[in-house]
Amino acid sequence: MRSAETYEISRKTSVVRLLKDKMAGSVMFAFTMISVLLLILIGFGLVIKSMPILEEKSLWELLCTSKWKPMRGDFGFLPFIMGTLWVTGIAIIWTLPVSLFTAVFLTENSRSWVKKVVFPALDILAGLPSVVYGVWGILVVVPWISDRLAPHFVEYSTGYSTLTAGIVLGIMVLPLLISLFVELFSSVPQEFRDASLSLGATRWQTTKYVLLKKTFPGIVASVTLAISRAMGETIAVLMVCGNIVQLPASLFDGCYPLPALLANNYGEMLSLPLYESALMLAALILFVVVFVFNIGSRLLLRKIERSLT
Amino acid sequence: MNIPFLSKKLKWTAAEWNETELKKGFFRPNQKFCTEESSRSNIRVEHLNVSIQGNRILKDVSTEIPDRKITCIIGPSGCGKSTLLKSLNRLQEHTEGVEVTGKVLVDEEDLYAPGVEITHIRRKIGLLSQRPCPLPMSIYDNVAYGCRIHGLRNRKKLNLVVRHYLQAVGLWEEVKDRLHSPAGRMSIGQQQRLCLARGLAVEPQFILADEATSALDPISSRTIEDLFLKLKEEYAIVLVTHTLRQALRIADYVIFMYMGEIIEAGPAEQIFKNPQQELTQKYLQGVFS
Amino acid sequence: MKLKFIEEKLMKGVMLLTTLLVFLFVGSILYTIVRNGWAAMSWEMISSLPGGGFYIGKEGGLLNAIVGSLYIVGASTVLGLAVSIPVVFYLNVYLKKNSKRAAWARLAYDVLFGIPSIVYGAFAFTIMISLGLKTSLGGGIIVITLLIIPIFIRTMDEIARELPQDMLNASYSLGSTRFETIKVVIRQIAPGIATATLLSIGRAIGDAAAVLFTAGYTDSIPTSLGQPAATLPLAVFFQLSSPIPEVQERAYAAALMLTVIVLVLSLLGRIITNRFSKNKI
Repeated sequence: MRSAETYEISRKTSVVRLLKDKMAGSVMFAFTMISVLLLILIGFGLVIKSMPILEEKSLWELLCTSKWKPMRGDFGFLPFIMGTLWVTGIAIIWTLPVSLFTAVFLTENSRSWVKKVVFPALDILAGLPSVVYGVWGILVVVPWISDRLAPHFVEYSTGYSTLTAGIVLGIMVLPLLISLFVELFSSVPQEFRDASLSLGATRWQTTKYVLLKKTFPGIVASVTLAISRAMGETIAVLMVCGNIVQLPASLFDGCYPLPALLANNYGEMLSLPLYESALMLAALILFVVVFVFNIGSRLLLRKIERSLT
Repeated sequence: MNIPFLSKKLKWTAAEWNETELKKGFFRPNQKFCTEESSRSNIRVEHLNVSIQGNRILKDVSTEIPDRKITCIIGPSGCGKSTLLKSLNRLQEHTEGVEVTGKVLVDEEDLYAPGVEITHIRRKIGLLSQRPCPLPMSIYDNVAYGCRIHGLRNRKKLNLVVRHYLQAVGLWEEVKDRLHSPAGRMSIGQQQRLCLARGLAVEPQFILADEATSALDPISSRTIEDLFLKLKEEYAIVLVTHTLRQALRIADYVIFMYMGEIIEAGPAEQIFKNPQQELTQKYLQGVFS
Repeated sequence: MKLKFIEEKLMKGVMLLTTLLVFLFVGSILYTIVRNGWAAMSWEMISSLPGGGFYIGKEGGLLNAIVGSLYIVGASTVLGLAVSIPVVFYLNVYLKKNSKRAAWARLAYDVLFGIPSIVYGAFAFTIMISLGLKTSLGGGIIVITLLIIPIFIRTMDEIARELPQDMLNASYSLGSTRFETIKVVIRQIAPGIATATLLSIGRAIGDAAAVLFTAGYTDSIPTSLGQPAATLPLAVFFQLSSPIPEVQERAYAAALMLTVIVLVLSLLGRIITNRFSKNKI
């Protein structure tokens, strides 16, 4: 008698439990889908918004002319694209060796206490808001460029220049690159180093011929990732780059990267025909570049991760 | 695999390198390409203590590695076999929190003395790790890597060295058509032989092997064992092994370790037939492992 | 032969130098911000709203920005947690290990994480325009939530992926459903949730580009979701562009506040990870 009763109860509850399980599953699935769809949604939204200007002008004309007169309907994105490329390029060129050497130092040479000191410092660097970098850039880098560095090369520079933006942006990218490299180097099994060292190679020879060679694809992927991050950085760059619509002729000239264009002009974009569409095209360009770079580097990094384990 | 040996010891120098001999496919363990004086060296361990993050792994270990013999280090897992092996060429210094006291004398030169030039000593001591780990380059470059590190740049001479040592491990015939393809594409047994060739190419006097056959299939591991038996004519081989059968097959000299100490060491015959210590007896009987 | 030792020494020197360079940057940034910010810091700065003539150097404080930032960060953190915890569970408990679907979702979150906040901001702004909404606290909260969801998911997922399958199996073998297994899982990934929260707060409070479009700026404290809200990063940004030194100093004060918050967060994060790794098997 008794056993039948308990059986009845447990069956009832188990139906409820299974139902709960199913329902929770579908709710979670919905959340996952929505958040993934956000990515597609952003892409589509930007495409739709930038259609008006693309219908009026050819993409080629928009990307490769440098006349920017929204009042007259001239939208040449070249200065902004060049500005972004210059600033990002400078940032990566100087941070790549710095972060490579630092990462090698951290993984190959240093004792544990060094890591205990360096990693928190990198944490701070990674966590600081971009406006703080902007403030620092204005207070430290801008005067240094205009008073110390620029006079050696050009007659006059305000200090708000492509180079300044590159330096500030580089420091912002440093923690990302270093942590990617450290992860990459630590994923190389110790045996590889032992094999090289036991042949009588020095540590640097081992690093050069074995470690860097083995992780080369990973280094490329990490740099790509860092580039895509650097391209979208807005406020700090905006604060120090000078915001002058021109093709920068020297490093000490101001420039005007794409994100700065967006941030500076969103307010008046409704006042002119096609202006909104043009700005959304700028956002779309950023989105596409970041999207492609990100997907590429992530897939590459994943492949490498799989091959190492 | 049939490798003819010459009983006569030849003094090869860089000037005398002879291609015709090599092309016959001969491998002579005593053939050296380095012009360096080939005096015999020895390893002596004196009162070695190693602790990793406060745990004492090796406790006051003293021993000597006999020349031109296969020395097997046996013992239950965690007894410090691998640590002892790694101490012999100071490779464990790259792990965190390792402290070493005592001496490891290679050619009467203490590895752990301050200011010792370790890369020069490491050249004399080859290492074969548990899993084969070909460096991320071609088969050819793997063998040539060590030679290049030590300053041999001449392409023709490098070709000879590479060929010679690939023949030494019986790999030449298998890979001669794809010398410049990545080493990672070979089978795992071939990879291990390649690693051995790479180690031999810098002409060491010792070979340290850390369970070098445990990751291989039976046939490949047999090949490696056969190679060891041939190489002992000219090299001192130190082999850490888990399998007693392997030690029985190839050991000339046996070191039995337990809990970080050397319990017994001596010629293989004596240890296997007539162990002096009770622990050794029990281990050999399989009471514990 | 000697060359390789010279090279070794040289390279080691270079490595040391670059590492020191990193420290130099950290030191220089912190020093500059603290020195300039401390001089401008006062109780008034924290506790009062901007008064009349605030932007020409008269009295007042940054309370509007502080409260606005707190509103936005608080609300978006809660919302972000509410969305991302179910997603992490779905990826790690409901889907099988190595499932294709989870791999694609993870890739999508990686990409979402990489999308610049300015693009989020611009996208949200156009949506708001087409819906006829103005810049507001609500808009700011939503865009910041979208911005930090990928951070939440990625950070928690990293820890949840290390969940041993045996642990899940142990729970299943007792007859629990996957949903009930979550009780086991949540205990295991609690430290992950904590670090993810700290990271997200850090990102949310420091982000300027997205709120620039969506939350606007105001001198008063918003009383409803429909009103615009000021934020600390924008307080820095706007006041620094003023030509009046007194106003610029307030930017430094706001920058100092942000920096202190970030330092505290990163310190907390360190403590939590240390705790966590101590108990890790």
